[in-house]
Amino acid sequence: MALRPLHELHHRRHGRNLGLGIVLAALIVIIFGLTMVKVQNGEFGRAPGTADSVTQRTEGQGG
Amino acid sequence: MSDASLDPTAAGQEAQFSDYFALLKPRVMTLVVFTALVGLLAAPDQVHPFVALCAILFIAVGGGASGALNMWWDADIDAVMRRTAKRPIPSGRVTGEEARGLGLALSGFSVMFLGLATNWVAAGLLAFTIFFYVVIYTMWLKRWTPQNIVIGGAAGAFPPMIGWAAATGGVSIESVLMFSLTFLWTPPHFWALALFMRKDYDNAGVPMLTVTHGRPSTRKHVFVYTIILAALALATGFTSAGGPLYLSVAIVLNAMFLKGAWDIWHRDEIMAETDNYAVEKGFFKLSLLYLFLHFGALLAEATIARLGILWGAL
Repeated sequence: MALRPLHELHHRRHGRNLGLGIVLAALIVIIFGLTMVKVQNGEFGRAPGTADSVTQRTEGQGG
Repeated sequence: MSDASLDPTAAGQEAQFSDYFALLKPRVMTLVVFTALVGLLAAPDQVHPFVALCAILFIAVGGGASGALNMWWDADIDAVMRRTAKRPIPSGRVTGEEARGLGLALSGFSVMFLGLATNWVAAGLLAFTIFFYVVIYTMWLKRWTPQNIVIGGAAGAFPPMIGWAAATGGVSIESVLMFSLTFLWTPPHFWALALFMRKDYDNAGVPMLTVTHGRPSTRKHVFVYTIILAALALATGFTSAGGPLYLSVAIVLNAMFLKGAWDIWHRDEIMAETDNYAVEKGFFKLSLLYLFLHFGALLAEATIARLGILWGAL
């Protein structure tokens, strides 16, 4: 089947679709970056709101 | 097909990406970004630069979301005011339902992601800011009380407090004073504008102080709020967020601002119309500089303190 030319609608919405694509790509970068930072800082091992809970738990297990 | 979007004649009315972005009130967003950044950097606790960047972004998106919800609710007022008639909803490019959907979605997104990126105190403050601006200010008090500017100013004053909370996980005297700076700055700033731009608000039926209490009373209000603002702005200089540089800037700016407010109070309409509201316009321009330089000085103090720590560590 032969390819048909793009509908006029696609041209009209090109800017909108491109903008949304960039926003979604930026969202992926943000989530990936935040995950990397949190993993490196060891924050996934802490209970919410207790900054030193990892240290305390480790010390408790050691003692 | 009955889908209007497939009608080429509708092309002129087709919403572009910039129209959806305009719903987020980008100019207001710049103030949100700047003050939130100062709040975050002035805090004693440091956060990872990428987390800080994300926190500022989520605070900005939250502020933008409340702007979209404000435009959805106020579309009828916006349509009759010259300043706002070309906004995406009154001009017909975006529907009210689309703006509401975008505002609600971005509100949920920004609060959830700020909580995940930083802490839930900051996220809670952001959620409260959106609720306060949309429900308390826009839906309830804006069309009901001439103190609407004061209440609206509170919503715009939260970003530095959220930035501070994002770094520290709490609220302190410094963040409350940073909140007060924008909160008390807003009424003199907007009332000065209302003194020389009265027609717009009259047409929209929004109860501005100039209309409900008269212009002499508005002039007096500008002066009273400026006195309280000056006291709190100087008090900020004696906290951990302030310092000699901030205090120097604050003394000069507040002296100029008080002088401007005094001049506004001691003028009447005949004098103002004679020079085409030169004093009111001058005060309004100074108010823009006033806020920017106060937060700029706080940012400079924070930078100096960081550099001092770095220098000491070497």
